[in-house]
Amino acid sequence: MTNLVEIRDLQFGFAERSILSGLQMDFPRGKVVAVMGGSGSGKTTILRLIGGQLTPQAGSVVVDGQNVHQLDNRALYALRRKMGMLFQHGALFTDLTVFENVAFPLREHTDLPEELIRDLVLMKLHAVGLRNAAQLKPAEVSGGMARRVAVARAIALDPPLIMYDEPFAGLDPISKGVTANLIRKLNIALGSTSILVSHDVQESLLIADYVYFLSKGKIVAHGTPEQMRVSDDPFVRQFVNAEEDGPVPFHYPGNSLAADLGLGA
Amino acid sequence: MIFLDMLARLGKATREWLAQIGYAVRSFFTILAVSGGLWRRPRLIIEQIHFIGNYSLVIIGVSGLFVGLVLGLQGYYTLNKYGAEQALGLLVALSLTRELGPVVTALLFAGRAGTSLTAEIGLMKAGEQLAAMEMMAVNPIQRVLAPRFWAGVIAMPILATIFSAVGVLGGYIVGVKLIGVDEGAFWSQMQSGVDVWADIANGVIKSIVFGVAVTFVALFQGYEAKATPEDVARATTRTVVISSLAVWWLDFLMTALMFNK
Repeated sequence: MTNLVEIRDLQFGFAERSILSGLQMDFPRGKVVAVMGGSGSGKTTILRLIGGQLTPQAGSVVVDGQNVHQLDNRALYALRRKMGMLFQHGALFTDLTVFENVAFPLREHTDLPEELIRDLVLMKLHAVGLRNAAQLKPAEVSGGMARRVAVARAIALDPPLIMYDEPFAGLDPISKGVTANLIRKLNIALGSTSILVSHDVQESLLIADYVYFLSKGKIVAHGTPEQMRVSDDPFVRQFVNAEEDGPVPFHYPGNSLAADLGLGA
Repeated sequence: MIFLDMLARLGKATREWLAQIGYAVRSFFTILAVSGGLWRRPRLIIEQIHFIGNYSLVIIGVSGLFVGLVLGLQGYYTLNKYGAEQALGLLVALSLTRELGPVVTALLFAGRAGTSLTAEIGLMKAGEQLAAMEMMAVNPIQRVLAPRFWAGVIAMPILATIFSAVGVLGGYIVGVKLIGVDEGAFWSQMQSGVDVWADIANGVIKSIVFGVAVTFVALFQGYEAKATPEDVARATTRTVVISSLAVWWLDFLMTALMFNK
């Protein structure tokens, strides 16, 4: 099986509000796949569906040959051990040090001796450039550093699938570059499959092997970064070139200004 | 028509309330169900007993002392009218072990440790820490909620015992040292009148039940809080209100069952 994750005819919504509809996506093994789209387009929801934290109304999500939403709790937790996830704001445990945060999954899922855990944690922290920050608390590191600690924690068990939820959001340009390089390097070093959910065009197109563009819960375009850069699709053009108006309107939908000011019929 | 509307609204509210109760009961049993594996890692519970105990120890000790002081003073005024001031030790001890120790400790615990637990769990949820734990294949109910629940259940009777012991000391200071009640009578009346099973054990049972109720309410409110600062704040308020009412109601029920002879 060449795809680690396959999404077919996926339908998801809250009550009567549809979030995702008719989604077909493939995430090949060993590749970095970016899922891009504006805020509220349903990008993070896709990650939560892959992780089994949400259940779709229809369709399937298959990870490593297993249909995520047909698994019982025990099997789902076993499957999640093959996944690492970076949350948008890191989601570090604030009462634990950087070291303890990275050690957490190792302590929960292995019986490794403390010396080995220490070595593994320091190696993971070294990979993200934060070995010397091991004894700091999350509140004592910057947003970019916290994101890197969360990456170290996500790769603690060397998962075959790593999901990044908005890894560049709120970072300065240097941190963005560092994080983007880190994602690419880890993908090569671990041989893992990476799903990158982001709306940062430059960084995502730089490191992704394949890109999906999402708008209003539907795939509107997909292809390699090169294909996306020269795409004629109006949505892709608006997004890549950061144009103010286009398929994604500048104004919130509703009455026209003339109608609200009583100037026309 | 208006009457029918009112009836429909009442029915809807009742149904929602019952559904909420059912959901809370199911959550309670979920915590119990995942607690089995916890006994292999007692360190998680011990850490929480340490935290929760430390949260509440000072306020429990100080409150116990002052309740004992006031009880000694008021008890003396009343008993003195009937020439029965020698029974002051008995009055103080029975009041504390049967009622004031468990009840006041539970109320203070709800205000001090309960609100901390709710805020902690609510903020962990708001910061996606619980979701992150789930994605790391770690059940947050087993790893976070269950150790805190059992820590609360274990800490409550210990704190209530400390409250009662310090309270008795307060009664002794006021009655014997300041007013001059006979020391021998104070202790001997207490020794002969307080029954280990009927009074002390029932008080301990009460505080265990309060521990279950207050800690569960605190954890449930935190876990069910929406991931917003406003709702976490509201959840901490709900913890104090619901657990205080639960303590009064359970106390009345248990007193009626335990001391009906």
